[in-house]
Amino acid sequence: MANPTGWKPNMEAEKSMSEAREAQAGEVGLGFGARGLTFEEPLVFERGSSGRLGVSLPPSSPSLDPAAELPRELLRGKIDGLPELGELETVRHFTRLSTWNYGIDTGFYPLGSCTMKYNPKSSEALARLPGFADAHPLLPASMCQGALELIYRLERALSEIAGFAATAMSPAAGAHGELCGLMMIRAYHVARGNPRRKVLIPDTAHGTNPASSALNGYQVVQLESGPDGRLHPETVRAAMDEDVAAVMITNPNTLGIFETHVAEIAEIVHAKGGLLYGDGANLNALLGVTRPGDCGFDVMQFNLHKTFATPHGGGGPGSGPVGVKEALVPYLPLPSVVREKAGYRLVTDAKERPQTIGKLREFWGNFGMFVRAWALIREYGPEGLRRTAELAVLNANYLRALLRDDYFLPYETDSLHEVVFDDKLQKPSGVTTMDVAKRLIDHGFHPPTVYFPLVVHGALMIEPTETESKETLDRFAAAMRSIAQESKSAPDAVKASPEKPIRARLDETRAARKPVLRWRPGMKVE
Amino acid sequence: MLEAVGKKDIEELFRSIPEPLRLRRPLDVPPATDEIALLAEFRRLAARNQTAHPPFMGAGCYPHHIPPAVDQLLLRGEFFTAYTPYQPEISQGTLQALFEWQTYVCLLTGLDVSNASMYDGATATAEAALMATRITGRRKVVLSGALHPEYRQVVATYLASTGDELVTVPFGDDGRTDLAALRGAIDGQTAAVIVGYPNFFGVVDVVAEAAALAKAAGALAISATAEPVALGLLQGPGQLGADVAVGTFQSFGNPMSFGGPAPGFLAVRESHLRQIPGRIAGATVDKHGRRGFVLTLSTREQHIRRERATSNICTNSGLAALAATIHLSLLGGRGLSELARLNFERARLLRDAMKRAGFGLRFSGPVFNELVFEVGDAEQVVGQLAERGIAAGAPLSRWFPDEPRMKGALLCVATELHDPELIELFAGAVRDARAAGASRN
Repeated sequence: MANPTGWKPNMEAEKSMSEAREAQAGEVGLGFGARGLTFEEPLVFERGSSGRLGVSLPPSSPSLDPAAELPRELLRGKIDGLPELGELETVRHFTRLSTWNYGIDTGFYPLGSCTMKYNPKSSEALARLPGFADAHPLLPASMCQGALELIYRLERALSEIAGFAATAMSPAAGAHGELCGLMMIRAYHVARGNPRRKVLIPDTAHGTNPASSALNGYQVVQLESGPDGRLHPETVRAAMDEDVAAVMITNPNTLGIFETHVAEIAEIVHAKGGLLYGDGANLNALLGVTRPGDCGFDVMQFNLHKTFATPHGGGGPGSGPVGVKEALVPYLPLPSVVREKAGYRLVTDAKERPQTIGKLREFWGNFGMFVRAWALIREYGPEGLRRTAELAVLNANYLRALLRDDYFLPYETDSLHEVVFDDKLQKPSGVTTMDVAKRLIDHGFHPPTVYFPLVVHGALMIEPTETESKETLDRFAAAMRSIAQESKSAPDAVKASPEKPIRARLDETRAARKPVLRWRPGMKVE
Repeated sequence: MLEAVGKKDIEELFRSIPEPLRLRRPLDVPPATDEIALLAEFRRLAARNQTAHPPFMGAGCYPHHIPPAVDQLLLRGEFFTAYTPYQPEISQGTLQALFEWQTYVCLLTGLDVSNASMYDGATATAEAALMATRITGRRKVVLSGALHPEYRQVVATYLASTGDELVTVPFGDDGRTDLAALRGAIDGQTAAVIVGYPNFFGVVDVVAEAAALAKAAGALAISATAEPVALGLLQGPGQLGADVAVGTFQSFGNPMSFGGPAPGFLAVRESHLRQIPGRIAGATVDKHGRRGFVLTLSTREQHIRRERATSNICTNSGLAALAATIHLSLLGGRGLSELARLNFERARLLRDAMKRAGFGLRFSGPVFNELVFEVGDAEQVVGQLAERGIAAGAPLSRWFPDEPRMKGALLCVATELHDPELIELFAGAVRDARAAGASRN
């Protein structure tokens, strides 16, 4: 099977490549030099204790005797198992590991609902300025005016972008922001005499929504979305009563569909004294086009690592600021940054904010992510932010148009920034969403989000983001179409994929049944 | 592209958003800037943070040397532009590094199982407290008053929403948890006992004793470590009997970055494996029998179990954990011991220099690299040193506003970044500040 996309592979295991595959690579014009080498690499602990040192430190005094001051039973000798490697060995170890990974810098990463857009290198450089990187969080205010101004200005910008009165900056990630938002909702209701017991959540929601609700002691009631993929006012009206603390809605939802009835739903919720929580995971689609605050949401968490291009880092760190309407401002967590005559200042004392829900994490937030997000907002400006939404939506609709003949589109409703297909057309030959995803890897693409949202069986959720070019989208669509063809002509090949990465499909059942979660001397996994 | 989509203009793509909800004006954010102007603007902003000298405070966030190799490896786009390793075949780099992180956490803490990281030390502590209530079926958490106040506050915030009870026990003049009070606070309803190690005052607290008391009452002992370099010199909390170890590895490979991000950690004994929150990487084989790594035991997690998950955590601190893993690999066993000895030594230099300058210690308990000095009026000293561009330490009155005896208490740190000359300069500056304050009064 020739690769019809002309994609140049860059993740190939040199030694595992069969001659047949090399011949195919030749067919699409890949010279030997176009391929990288990939090495097997043991765990750092399996490289042994060579007695080397990868750091350069001033010597401590040989006469220093900790036992003179510390109880002897608390002192520890050498920790068995730690490696002893030189700098070069360590550098090679991690460089080799990196080559087994796929990032946005490697190629197209259309992981739906995760907004895997390009992370500008300038933002990385700025976050590393010593004035930011080396700032201790407890610096006296006079010594950290730059950091405080940055937090203040980002807070103002986020509040404007989403249409809120104020934004809590400290939550560490999206789910942490949800927790924060629900705590404020709870505090709001408690102040009115009754915390209420339920949170209503549509069936298209991220798993974090019900989990965050449960952490707040709320009972979760699931709402069914309609045949058009939207939540309908009558569904909310039927479930809404005065025991409902909040309704949590992701908008656009995880099908990539705008909740057109959101304003009416907000009225229904508010009429019963409830609040409307917005999961801002998909805010990218709305920048400069509409504002969640104007749509009736009372609270919403941002995901700076999605919308504002701070790096996803292999699973964080994220940053999940939470915007609120005026009525919730008294409950904001500590701290906040205020601007006064004398300059910027952190409010950390509950005496100044008697109704605060308190502290949600240590210090002030993931400041390193604030620097990157503020850099992006400064670089884009108002027009650039709106252009972000426009291109993100255009790119998703372009892929929808290119793929809809080959993959089943369970919802005909308009898509915004992402589109969800399923595997209905592939099923007859036995090929599933997982197989399509794994075959995409052989074509050089990161697979979309799979099997989510749960309302679509075998969902393939594609979010291209605004930073991808038409050429990339065309290549991706060609690969998807070729897989659809191959699913009919050679389904077994699709099911056997991926072939190119350093590892084939991994046995996840075994991993869970016989957990091996750390290295131990003599560890063998065969 | 619009043609392929079948739309006449971009506007039509947004027709599902009702007109009354549309924003018909540009966002009120500053106009766009080019990269050159952006750099200049951010340099100006960064220059208004005074970071020329390493600060003399830790208090949960520590100034340490980061070998340049750490950042250069971290900047490999394959690491930092990847996400949660949902597709293990093309995420083996992240997954193996997380497996190595988990191993480092286990080796340093002396426990069996670690997760793939938490948001930070404070939330890791709160999650550990919640985990203990699930494991024991009890609803009371006892924590030491010498635990980092921000960790205590975050535990309080989390427990307020679940309605669990929180009891704080006092500390003694040695800066350690008052064992008699602890004994009195633990009962048959206690789910967990939480102690800092070293604690907020830099004092090596009574983990073994607290663990024994917890065990006798059927509660879990949780040890919280904000300065993990100490674990290069001190026994792991697991060795002392703790059931759970939490904290942050910020000290390894992560800049202070005004307090975040930092890699929180959470490690437990094998028996509590199924109740641990967050992602876990595990070893397995691929279909050809070759060893590889995957995210595992995910039936605990929110994306599978939803409202019945062990936590709502999803994105954690992957890249920060990777930085710590790289730094720990460069250090290795020898380097970690050396670094810990050096920190221990520098703290003694600081103690001696301050003693010569006329300042004694507030607490008598054994310390690692942080000490609390009596300086008269700590806020005044900090203000004076700020004028000289020196970050003097953390005045404890900020966290203990109602305790007059904390007015003079200044929490300071000395690490490998504070060389003997700088330490002398600091002690002299504190002496000058004190003198200026005294003459003003």
